[in-house]
Amino acid sequence: MSAPASNGGYDEWLDALADGEGYALVCPDGHGSLPPRRVCPECGAAALSEGPLAETGTVETYSVVHVAGPRFADDTPYVNAIVDFGPIRLTGVLRGVEPATEAVAVGDRVAVGVEERATDGEPLVVFRPATEE
Amino acid sequence: MTDARVAGVGLTHFGSHPDRTGRDLFATAALRAFEDAGVPREDVEELNYGNFMGALAEHQGHQAPLMAEAAGVNCPSTRYEEACASAGVAVREAVRTVRAGDADVALAGGMERMTNLPTDEVTEGLAIAADDLFEVRAGVTFPGAYALMATAYFDAYGGTREDLAHVAAKNHANAVPNEYAQYRKEVSVEEALEAPPVAEPLHLYDACPITDGASALVIVSEEYAAENDVDAPVAVAGTGQGTDRMALADRERLARTPAADDAADAAYADAGVGPDDVDVAEVHDCFTIAEVLALESLGFFDPGEGIAAAREGVTTADGDLPVNLSGGLKAKGHPVGATGGSQIAELTRLLRGDHPNSEHVADAEVGVAHNAGGTVASAVVHVLEVAE
Ligand SMILES: [Zn+2]
Repeated sequence: MSAPASNGGYDEWLDALADGEGYALVCPDGHGSLPPRRVCPECGAAALSEGPLAETGTVETYSVVHVAGPRFADDTPYVNAIVDFGPIRLTGVLRGVEPATEAVAVGDRVAVGVEERATDGEPLVVFRPATEE
Repeated sequence: MTDARVAGVGLTHFGSHPDRTGRDLFATAALRAFEDAGVPREDVEELNYGNFMGALAEHQGHQAPLMAEAAGVNCPSTRYEEACASAGVAVREAVRTVRAGDADVALAGGMERMTNLPTDEVTEGLAIAADDLFEVRAGVTFPGAYALMATAYFDAYGGTREDLAHVAAKNHANAVPNEYAQYRKEVSVEEALEAPPVAEPLHLYDACPITDGASALVIVSEEYAAENDVDAPVAVAGTGQGTDRMALADRERLARTPAADDAADAAYADAGVGPDDVDVAEVHDCFTIAEVLALESLGFFDPGEGIAAAREGVTTADGDLPVNLSGGLKAKGHPVGATGGSQIAELTRLLRGDHPNSEHVADAEVGVAHNAGGTVASAVVHVLEVAE
């Protein structure tokens, strides 16, 4: 395969997330979405501003993936999760826990960042258990 | 508006056909559909063909003219791609075309070739039905996405892996007499529970297999059938389609499939029937949890109640509402771009009385087919009725 093309909007968002400055696009009605966007997917509003993500998010659902495609071959088994960060939910891999269904629960608090995929070093949205305060 | 009738149905065996090209598979299904219909090829005025990953699997784009050739028809031909709902959409367009009076005879269906690819490449290929940037790059696989929905369902409503195992056992039992089915063997609840995990909470027998196959339907207007003495007792009485946000994370609720709710509402309204009128259903059980979500979207059960349907015997062959008497995607197989056409072919045979499982629905008059794309970002529902 040739070198992957860049994905304007998404790449910038991922860089910001890696710098601890992740954001969502928010319309005047408060609907959140992820870039690149020209209009709010919920209401069509074109006035989108960047709004901060919550410091920690809540696991809404998860799975333990044992069979994956070539780009995740050396990452298995891994926990895939959808996490609520306020204006939006994010999908990513939950690290720092055993990859087992009983090691995770809906409602767990996690932080988000960007780490490398084990298989090929490409950037990956990663959640880790939020540290106790 | 004229009525659209199913004049003939054709299927290939669903399974592993590593030595057969996609064009040969679709040609076989079309040949059988024409034989079943007794309609001459030259009367076909439109081909609507579904296919998902032919560019990856066979390095073949622009498939519609190729499949028109393979079927021996020469007419406007279009390929539809809506992931696993590709053929459902193709059939819907054929129905709309015939009803609008733009064609008296349409050929619709689809084909997928999958087993020629290594398993990891099929896994990668199926994953592209999800959002590449925010899901696939974040580790979402096709089974993984449905596993996320299953966990969300269990959390919202309750339910267990054992409930899902009953769905697998039911559909495998239904496939045993079906000559087109990939897995004609029974699987017990215990075997399903003990199978290796794919994406927990889903294990091997919660997932449909990787399948090669094709489906074809000859759809005609009521007038054409009458004028040409074509036996077409089953009408497509209702059609509906729905769309949802592409990424699962963007859905309001993770354990519901509103695109299918919308498709069902539209199809029922179009047919002038409701869920209580339905005698038999073929639903998109790419994973066991998907059957549960389908039953709820189709209005057969309230949210949270569909999970017990197979275990309690409501949806088994001898239950009040038999679901997936073909074996479903689960045991009959899931050649992605052919599945929506195959469901309508199976339902037509069930309603006509010439399906090996017709005995279970001898008095059935109304059937429903539910075909879903991706994690149900697309859904197509059809209502079939015995018209004469
Ligand atoms: Zn908005």
